[in-house]
Amino acid sequence: MAQHMNLTLKVWRQKNDKDKGQFVTYQANDIADDMSFLEMLDIVNEELTRKGEDPVYFDHDCREGICGMCSLVINGRPHGPKEGTTTCQLHMRSFHDGQTIVIEPWRAAAFPVLKDLAVDRTAFDRIQQAGGYVNINTGGVPDANTIPIPKRIADEAFESATCIGCGACVAACKNASAMLFVSAKVSQFALLPQGQTERYERAQAMVDQMDAEGFGNCTNTGACEAECPVGIKLTNIARLNREYLTAKIFKQEEPHA
Amino acid sequence: MLDSKVPAGPLAQKWSNHKFNLKLVNPANKRKFTVIVVGTGLAGASAAASLAELGYNVITFCYQDSPRRAHSIAAQGGINAAKSYQNDGDSVFRLFYDTIKGGDYRSREANVYRLAEVSVNIIDQCVAQGVPFAREYGGLLDNRSFGGAQVSRTFYARGQTGQQLLLGAYSALNRQIKKGKVKSYTRHEMLDLVMIDGHAKGIVTRDLVSGKVETHAAHAVLMCTGGYGNVFFLSTNAMGCNVTAAWRAHKRGAYFANPCYTQIHPTCIPVTGDHQSKLTLMSESLRNDGRVWVPKTQEMAERLRKGEIKANDIKEDDRDYFLERKYPSFGNLVPRDVASRNAKEAVDDGRGVGKTGFAVFLDFKEAIGRLGEDAVRAKYGNLFDMYYQITDENPYKQPMRIYPAVHYTMGGVWVDYNLMTTIPGLYALGECNFSDHGANRLGASALMQGLADGYFVIPYTVGDYLAKLGSFAPVDHSHPAFEATRKEVEEKINKLLSLNGTQTVDDIHKKLGHIMWEYCGMARTAEGLQKAQGLIQELKKEFWTNVKVLGENEELNLSLEKAGRVADFLELGELMVVDALQRAESCGGHFRLESQTEEGEAKRNDEEFAYVSAWEYKGDNVPEELHKEDLVFENVQLTQRSYK
Repeated sequence: MAQHMNLTLKVWRQKNDKDKGQFVTYQANDIADDMSFLEMLDIVNEELTRKGEDPVYFDHDCREGICGMCSLVINGRPHGPKEGTTTCQLHMRSFHDGQTIVIEPWRAAAFPVLKDLAVDRTAFDRIQQAGGYVNINTGGVPDANTIPIPKRIADEAFESATCIGCGACVAACKNASAMLFVSAKVSQFALLPQGQTERYERAQAMVDQMDAEGFGNCTNTGACEAECPVGIKLTNIARLNREYLTAKIFKQEEPHA
Repeated sequence: MLDSKVPAGPLAQKWSNHKFNLKLVNPANKRKFTVIVVGTGLAGASAAASLAELGYNVITFCYQDSPRRAHSIAAQGGINAAKSYQNDGDSVFRLFYDTIKGGDYRSREANVYRLAEVSVNIIDQCVAQGVPFAREYGGLLDNRSFGGAQVSRTFYARGQTGQQLLLGAYSALNRQIKKGKVKSYTRHEMLDLVMIDGHAKGIVTRDLVSGKVETHAAHAVLMCTGGYGNVFFLSTNAMGCNVTAAWRAHKRGAYFANPCYTQIHPTCIPVTGDHQSKLTLMSESLRNDGRVWVPKTQEMAERLRKGEIKANDIKEDDRDYFLERKYPSFGNLVPRDVASRNAKEAVDDGRGVGKTGFAVFLDFKEAIGRLGEDAVRAKYGNLFDMYYQITDENPYKQPMRIYPAVHYTMGGVWVDYNLMTTIPGLYALGECNFSDHGANRLGASALMQGLADGYFVIPYTVGDYLAKLGSFAPVDHSHPAFEATRKEVEEKINKLLSLNGTQTVDDIHKKLGHIMWEYCGMARTAEGLQKAQGLIQELKKEFWTNVKVLGENEELNLSLEKAGRVADFLELGELMVVDALQRAESCGGHFRLESQTEEGEAKRNDEEFAYVSAWEYKGDNVPEELHKEDLVFENVQLTQRSYK
């Protein structure tokens, strides 16, 4: 049978982006180890609601580890103690009876807190809008099999393309750098034949937007890779640097408007 | 009278002829029109991007913090297309036929044929966008087989096909946002439809962050808001998935079709307890190599449940591979409704496994022996990891436990061939509409339909409506209808906030879920459905008198968001039950115990029920009126569906 545990939670509460915010302590009792971390928070929220207290706001949606909506820094680690896992797929068996758990939002200047544990990640969207696409319209494209792609290349591009855009890399980085996020998309297209025509403009435009949003520089310490829930590799950043440098050296035309 | 507007002529020429007959909007005039797209999943993102590329001004809305998070992202297995790359006998007609048959002959022929026809364009489009589909060593695209089909026509990107397709559509959308042709609103929820002179002319939204209730005007509104599986509380849908946009439009005059058609997906991780917030699906592709079984005897199942023996202790001879036994030609790859029902039967027979007894085994031992563990890992690694993560059991060493869970809703807003609802100017795309999957959807067809509607259908059909408006003038945003509708929404919000009872919104939602699962789930009876209707009516009263909604409107307010959605689920739940009650036949996912063959298969009644039920809202607490769209089959013969 499931093991049950009692926990002490120190949760970041902040009414809105103007509020200073503070930690508030809650007890979570009789939590089964086969619950997910967010189900544990659901229980805390149900109790708060019954008492007429404002429940803790946190972002979440699919609860399958793929949508990238959930976040939370748990005991100092983005998405908690278990590697290769989003918060929604973290289960309470990773914790033990009597433990104190500190729960905070992503902390980064480019991700302002909206309320409690939810932050504004629209900066990520704007980086993608700067160049994370191939400039083609619907219709009028060639038959899919006219573009053969070696399996090895396709697989590598896929690995980069699996980024879920959660922002754990930024939260993990002491400089709040978004290099891993940006490099994943740049790499996907740099590897694939479809991405070649705008390869260098893309790298430049996305990096420029990343800088404009206020993300910091890469620290080269690899905290992002260590905390990434889907295993995006640091080699993507190496590739991004190459792409960006090439774009600077062989500056062709200005990025697309 | 419901007019499906299906064009005349031979099946294979209908769409081409129709495209020629549709009116066009001159490129210079397209920029004078604005289109609202609600929801940014596969249907919404692809529609918004394609319409903006054509020159229309587009405004998109999603409740998530980014368009990329729509629940299409969670689709795992793949997307069907009649490319016939495998030389195994596939064709547009075969995909059409499989889909019609898979839907148990309760979908519209012309729509399904068009879906099969444009499926080939979808793959081309996605590859051109840079979607990294799985490939063979020669560099060409790989395919796999999926339930309900005997050819390999499913394109995939490991177990993350939905993610990759959605990110492709999201990239196309981003390109248009950058160009200024799309204005994107995130963390916004549609709460009503604004009508002027009987036409859809805008929507009312709530900004989930500031609480601001706003109106937006447009010449046409596209609802791409997904399905309503969360009416069951527990489903494989994302936590935020809801019926609110569609339901509020229904109350404004959009008919709701076949609400009782719900897909219960066979390969989900079983429920463990009351605390559970959602169910996790594992791709049906697992059934390509996994074998479904339970012990042959109840005694053995009982010992398993008590933990006295383990699955691996049970000898081959003592196992019942019930799908292989009953359906030798399709085996473990029977369609979802058949697989789910058989799992339920095994459990009802006392042969269920796991601690709760509500599970059957999905076993990879044979596949690992045949292909090796590495090959199995390459194919299904992420699914195995996910299972391990959730259950703490290693599926490479012992069989998975699976049980059916609510996954997809075939019913939805009624649309004609142009995807227009019964409200002129209001369209429904993707899972939100009812049109293509009949009473049961085949695997890998949801992604196909979402993208078909968005990339290749709506760009043609919406132009026809706009061209016929007879004016290029902007919609008059100062029209009193906007303010009046906004006020109604505000009043409803205030009413919810004034409720200060003792039950949480989740308490009520869970109760509704139990009623729906018990009486309107995998097996339904007239008696049970009647009972359910009464229970839901009582629960609705309880909600409006005894629920507790905290906080205020002007903030991120979890209770308020959920309360509005559950209020709509309660009304929808009743309609589902009413619809299930009137359909006194079994078909696809709708299984009426009173209507089965001697072997226990779903028994249709084509004489009486070969129609789409389309419900018209008549006012609060007034029975809805049933309209019937007769289904005419000219190209397939209606037979008892058999996968034996």
